[in-house]
Amino acid sequence: MSALHDLTLAQQSQALASGQTTSVALTQHALDRIATHADLGAFLHVDAAGALAAAAASDARRAAGQTLGPLDGVPVAHKDIFVTQDQPTTAASKMLKGYQSPFDATVVAKLKAAGTVSVGKLNCDEFAMGGATENSAYGVAHNPWMRAQIAGGSSGGSAVAVSGRLVSGATGSDTGGSIRQPAALTGITGIKPTYGRCSRFGMIAFASSLDQAGPMARTAEDCALLLQTMSGFDERDATSAQQPVPDFVAALTTPRAGATADQPLTGLRVGVPKEFFGEGVSADVLAANRAALAQLESLGATLVDISLPRTELSIPVYYIIAPAEASSNLSRYDGVKFGHRAAKYGDLNDMYRKTRAEGFGAEVKRRIMIGTYVLSHGYYDAYYLQAQKLRRMIADDFQAAFQVCDVIAGPVSPTVARPIGSSTDPVQEYLADIFTLPASLAGLPGMSVPCGFGEHGLPVGLQLIGNYWQEAQLLHTAHAFQQTTDWHQRAPAALG
Amino acid sequence: MSSPLIRGYEVVIGLETHVQLSTASKIFSGASTQFGAAPNTQSCPVDLALPGTLPVMNEGAVERAIEFGLAVGAHVAPRSIFARKNYFYPDLPKGYQISQYEIPVVQGGSVSFFVDDKPFTVRLVRAHLEEDAGKSLHDDFVGFNGEKSSGIDLNRAGTPLLEIVTEPDIRSSREAAEYARALHTLVVWLGICDGNMQEGSFRCDVNVSVRRPGAPLGTRREIKNLNSFKHIVQAADYEINWQIDELEDGRAIEQATILFNPDTGETRAMRTKEDAHDYRYFPDPDLPPLVIAPEWIERVKGRMPELPRVMAERFVSGYGLPEYDATMMTQSKAFAAFFETAAQACQQPKLVSNWLMGEVSRRLNAAEQTIEQSPISATLLAAMISRIADGTISNNGAKQVFEALWSGEGAGEGEGAGADQARVNAVIDAKGLKQMSDTGELEKILDDILAANAKSVEEFRAGKEKAFNALVGQAMKATKGKANPATVNELLKKKLAG
Repeated sequence: MSALHDLTLAQQSQALASGQTTSVALTQHALDRIATHADLGAFLHVDAAGALAAAAASDARRAAGQTLGPLDGVPVAHKDIFVTQDQPTTAASKMLKGYQSPFDATVVAKLKAAGTVSVGKLNCDEFAMGGATENSAYGVAHNPWMRAQIAGGSSGGSAVAVSGRLVSGATGSDTGGSIRQPAALTGITGIKPTYGRCSRFGMIAFASSLDQAGPMARTAEDCALLLQTMSGFDERDATSAQQPVPDFVAALTTPRAGATADQPLTGLRVGVPKEFFGEGVSADVLAANRAALAQLESLGATLVDISLPRTELSIPVYYIIAPAEASSNLSRYDGVKFGHRAAKYGDLNDMYRKTRAEGFGAEVKRRIMIGTYVLSHGYYDAYYLQAQKLRRMIADDFQAAFQVCDVIAGPVSPTVARPIGSSTDPVQEYLADIFTLPASLAGLPGMSVPCGFGEHGLPVGLQLIGNYWQEAQLLHTAHAFQQTTDWHQRAPAALG
Repeated sequence: MSSPLIRGYEVVIGLETHVQLSTASKIFSGASTQFGAAPNTQSCPVDLALPGTLPVMNEGAVERAIEFGLAVGAHVAPRSIFARKNYFYPDLPKGYQISQYEIPVVQGGSVSFFVDDKPFTVRLVRAHLEEDAGKSLHDDFVGFNGEKSSGIDLNRAGTPLLEIVTEPDIRSSREAAEYARALHTLVVWLGICDGNMQEGSFRCDVNVSVRRPGAPLGTRREIKNLNSFKHIVQAADYEINWQIDELEDGRAIEQATILFNPDTGETRAMRTKEDAHDYRYFPDPDLPPLVIAPEWIERVKGRMPELPRVMAERFVSGYGLPEYDATMMTQSKAFAAFFETAAQACQQPKLVSNWLMGEVSRRLNAAEQTIEQSPISATLLAAMISRIADGTISNNGAKQVFEALWSGEGAGEGEGAGADQARVNAVIDAKGLKQMSDTGELEKILDDILAANAKSVEEFRAGKEKAFNALVGQAMKATKGKANPATVNELLKKKLAG
């Protein structure tokens, strides 16, 4: 057996089932590795005692023949955007320093009920706003492939923890690409399911109409295992869907009609949007993605040229709607009930001003201001309402495309990971979200699958976008791809 | 509709009423809505706006809104939208209030009532669902260490409200109060609100403006949070005169939100248009559109009580009551039930209505009691009215019987119709109020009177009507008031004609 941290989540599950290892051993190993690589900035909080206790309980269940399922005993970690009853939650903000939630997020509770061992809370951009985890109030997350580079964001800590093989699976959240982009930049697999697939209860809100939880792991199989547990209607979230949850794990290997062993994707029509392969995409990313498309074709898929004509518009549309919702969602952080409150202030308004000025970082403040502006009297129609109209048109464009294809494929990010601290212009950062925003605005499931390496040997991801509730098809496609490629098996050499 | 002018000005009033809906739990959380609990003991993580919490619509609140919509003949929107009203205040935990803005659940409708005995109808613009805020406590809050301090009580945060908005159809403070009373009657009747004004379950914002007749609408000022009908009249009257004073002195009225001080009877500005909030309304992305299928409306309709106006129509057609009486009899469910029980027991609906509007209401109002607390039951009142109807007692005699019954005379001697009748009879006998029903005896007395008053008889026959009254008076005197005046009239006329 290879080193415990080299095992995928599915392999760890098997090793537990076969008695080759124990949850305590896996958990202790993860804790040691987290400590060794603390300088990666993946974790904001590590709960060694709690994790080891949970692991021991899992081992006891297994010994008693009462194991809770395939995830029982597997160490995982949660993005610090999910509130947890046993560990503090900060959303990587000074505003919530030391905040202790009295309840678990639904996604956390479901994974806990399935027996997973939560080792800690993962770094991210403050309130999930950013694409580099540089906006965390508690330090940046480093890309395990090259420490000087960003790990992406906002789920950067989750990406580093999985890519650095500190844990085999983690939760992330995706508002405009926050699962897919860091997964791509760190060479792991991540899926943002259809909006409404996973409950948002307990996931600290950034932009409510876009936020969606999802798993980040090394393989499509691991993502299927985690998503299986994370999904489902929740009566505490009115936007979660009363949609049956298919067997994602079984779907990985369920053959398509007419498929053969070496042509598992026979009959699959893969839409290739011309807007995803044009100017502004770096050559290394284009090359890796084109090769991935060829690989899909060799597996039996048919490539279909399609157009998503409003791809570019998704940037202004997103950067109106998301800040608008954020400006309202973040009003509750006012120093009255919980979280940070300025130590010295005059009247009530002064308390609000100082509390929020001290508690929020620059990017959060920027988005609150943009959002406040676009919702203001006299501007609402021109910005917010117009953006909502375009959002519907973007969703319509996808539906037109899905008339001629089953999944859409293209790059996740226009470039590989850039150096930490290299961005001075927030607008340039926003532009880099161009390929992840459309699926977010439409509420469609999107996935990032490792598909090669580019400049400096940094990972490149392939994005797969499916129609509503078609996660099983995405996972099946990614799984087939991963059976004949080894990009997802590569480990960052520097970490050992 | 012509309306009285005040100092040459026409008054224009519209109301916004916040009706607290009688759900057991809050509009977007499972916490209890019970009034009067210790501060912050009825606020759950959702009410406290803890990170990660989300609102979930309470269907009971929606059903109450549907009931209201049906009761006022409004359009119940098949799809309505919740919006966020953004502003910072310590008693507003999320920093926004969830309300309905562009598309409310109830659209249009009207409320009809009487002002004195004139029918009046106020059109409604809309009624929308929203959540209440918490309360800022300044003196009576006890901190964690038992010390007195300022604080926030979030027990009320998230209590469901239906905000009911009228067209500016009202032309006087009196009409405003009567509208509020009618609305109060209706929501309590429906059971969608407990109607407790002291506890803030029913609060009115009154928008007042004045104008010269025929001129465009004047600038309005909004008096916030009035929680008694008396205050509505006082506040509106003060405000009307204040606005007229301003205009007469050549000053323009500025749009403002104002507060009424019941101790001084005056209004004062809380904020003016300059510092009006920009609430940045936008659809709440946490709540899908509120979809109300026709089947849901039908289900609610099936469960609804008979509406006051429908019942009033039935009282007109079924009991022959005048419309005004019918409206009065349907001022509350209990009142209507009292009326129906009594009317059926004695088969004298108009007499029952007269007694309920007269003596019964007078005594109840004096004691600040409701019909449920009446010491005279419906069947007891009916037993007494039966004795008026069959001529046993006169109306004046009945008043004495009523007073005796009200103060409990003869009480505790059994239950049921027989016992009620026996009790009434006993009181009549004890007070000697029985009218003379034996015409033979009465005729003898009348013959004596005619004989003894030959002069009056002569005058009457000479065409002096007054003389007849004198003879009736003599008869009543001779019978110590026990003669039935109608019988006396009838017999006397016969004898004088003969």
